[in-house]
Amino acid sequence: MTTPSADDARPATAGRAPAPESGQEGAPLLRLVGVGKNFGLVRALIDIDLDVPAGQVTALVGDNGAGKSTLIKTIAGIWPQDHGEILWQGRPVRFHSPKDATDLGIATVYQDLALADNLDIVQNMFLGREPVKRWVLDETTMETEAKRTLADLSVVTVRSVRQPVGSLSGGQRQAVAVARAVLRQAKLVILDEPTAALGVTQTRVVLDLIHRLKDQGIAVIVISHNLNDVQAVADRVAVLRLGRMAAVGPLSRFDAESIVDLMTTGTSRRLAGVPAEQSAQQPAGSPSER
Amino acid sequence: MSADVQPPPEADEVAEQTAAIAAPEVIADSFGEYAKIWWTRVRSGESGALPVILGLAAIVIYFQARSSLFLSAGNLVNLIEQAAWIVTLGMAEVFVLLLGEIDLSIGFSSVIGAVFTCWLLVPPNPAPWPLAVLVGLAFPALYSGIQGVIVTWLRLPSFVVTLAGYLFGQGFLLYIINVAAPGSGGTIRLYSNVLSDIESGAMSVTAGWIVMAVAVVLAGGLFVVRDGRRRASKLAAPPASVTWLKVAVMAVAGVVVVLIGNTNRGRFFTVVRGVPWVVLVILVVLVAYNFLLGRTRFGRYVYAIGGNAEAARRAGINLSRIRIAAFALCGLTAGIMGIIYSSLLGSVSANVPGGQNVLYAVAAAVIGGTSLFGGRGKMLGAVLGGVIVAVIYNGLQLLGLGAAPQAMWTAAVLLAAVTVDTVARRGQTTT
Repeated sequence: MTTPSADDARPATAGRAPAPESGQEGAPLLRLVGVGKNFGLVRALIDIDLDVPAGQVTALVGDNGAGKSTLIKTIAGIWPQDHGEILWQGRPVRFHSPKDATDLGIATVYQDLALADNLDIVQNMFLGREPVKRWVLDETTMETEAKRTLADLSVVTVRSVRQPVGSLSGGQRQAVAVARAVLRQAKLVILDEPTAALGVTQTRVVLDLIHRLKDQGIAVIVISHNLNDVQAVADRVAVLRLGRMAAVGPLSRFDAESIVDLMTTGTSRRLAGVPAEQSAQQPAGSPSER
Repeated sequence: MSADVQPPPEADEVAEQTAAIAAPEVIADSFGEYAKIWWTRVRSGESGALPVILGLAAIVIYFQARSSLFLSAGNLVNLIEQAAWIVTLGMAEVFVLLLGEIDLSIGFSSVIGAVFTCWLLVPPNPAPWPLAVLVGLAFPALYSGIQGVIVTWLRLPSFVVTLAGYLFGQGFLLYIINVAAPGSGGTIRLYSNVLSDIESGAMSVTAGWIVMAVAVVLAGGLFVVRDGRRRASKLAAPPASVTWLKVAVMAVAGVVVVLIGNTNRGRFFTVVRGVPWVVLVILVVLVAYNFLLGRTRFGRYVYAIGGNAEAARRAGINLSRIRIAAFALCGLTAGIMGIIYSSLLGSVSANVPGGQNVLYAVAAAVIGGTSLFGGRGKMLGAVLGGVIVAVIYNGLQLLGLGAAPQAMWTAAVLLAAVTVDTVARRGQTTT
């Protein structure tokens, strides 16, 4: 099925020390070590190593079926991994439900956003965790905090936080979904194709939003098909191909063509001489000793 | 890579567009602006109670033109008494309609509950009436609650499950009445004076004024204080003039109802006056349910599930619990209707048109702006919708016309209400 031999030919050499950016205060926020996931006989994820540092945007790219969704669902706690370890702030963790991941501070914004159109912005942001005073919803606290969170994210185009989400534009809806994650003190926000259905201006709203998240010290994983978006927001790029990590590294090591090469063939001649920091060939269990 | 933080060019455009859709109290600063936004919303189908009230006014004017008796105090009190049960059953249906479900069984379960109440009150040694009422409420609550469990756990469509509940209820009503009152020809009398007085008794003239004044001052004071606080902490709130206008409308409505109730409606030499107790019952139920749906987590989750069940699930809401509770509340409210219904008729009979009653209840809720697809609707809407259904019934009876035109009129109004609502909504777009 997969062709590991293709990886043998890649220039990225195994065992290279990681760039210092990911290890300033010891462990990165999230680290995957040799993570694998099987569905029956299908090996959806094979030996994935990935560091997600706080305050940086990690773009996860790959063709359809490369395993992007499987990977983020593993991180989001939808299902446990079959192999390998997930380290959160250096400590190994195991997720048995999405709630386990949410409790740690991992928020996933799926493409459908999971917003109730008939509820207003405040109601959506606090859905499921409304503060109450003697059984009565504490609307004052909710509205004040919602406004503050949106202001922190520089969401300025929303005229009132009391308008129904159904009346918002695509970018604004995305902003509400992200603000909800921030409100819940997420340390890692995963965005699944946040710009897929958006026009040019709305896309820019969302990209600005991602910058704001980063500025607040939040780690961001963005799945994207759009290489322009990746180049606009990402600090690091992780390329998946056929369930394996084809390459991981700072954005500066990639250009659009090399990413496409890696997505389609798992290797790129353009990367020659500029090896990525990690590779699929790196032995599991010894990902990044300095 | 640098962040260009400029408001996107279409920001103004978006703001314009949302102005047309967001509720006026959340964005207007002055009365004029409020009125303007409100009118824009009316045109785009987010109108709230206005079309219902206009429709009601049109129907009332028509009947008054045909028969000068229509707006007489006697007939209006009669109308209130007839409307009470439709209104209550309509409110019951709102709980499940908000979830995008339906409960067809309450037309019969409500009356079965009333049979139990009457049964417990049969003379030789009657139970205390509060206990009888409790049983009368508990049965339909349990009946709908169980159907809610089946709908939720087995993931069956509520239409089919409650249709089964409807058929079973129809049969069970026949059976239980014959057990409770054998040889009576399928009728059981309501012996409690307290319960009969809900519909046929009235408050004293003074009590009517006092109750009305207390209700208006309490509710109005709550509005004024709450909106004032929200304005003070810079939260979304209507302008002060609008708050006071609402209080004024409430006061006027209260005064009108009490004036009607307190006008002598006796014939010849008897004097009959006072607001029927049932008005107070409806008022209490309406306020309680408004609070439940508007100010508690339960209510918020009902709307959330109706709007987007998957989003609610991912937000960690226990969908099954909320759904089952909503069904049980629907049943409980139907139980209240059962008591009111038996109070109106003075008895419960096996040939109660339970199927027709529940369909009128759904019609009342939908005429009042509740969506059949869930997530949208208000208790007050069901009250106004129920009044419309009752006005048609009452007016046509007054004109000496029977059941045939009543059903056809109600059909026309229902269709008109849904059409106006849907067409207006189709005009608005969300990007």
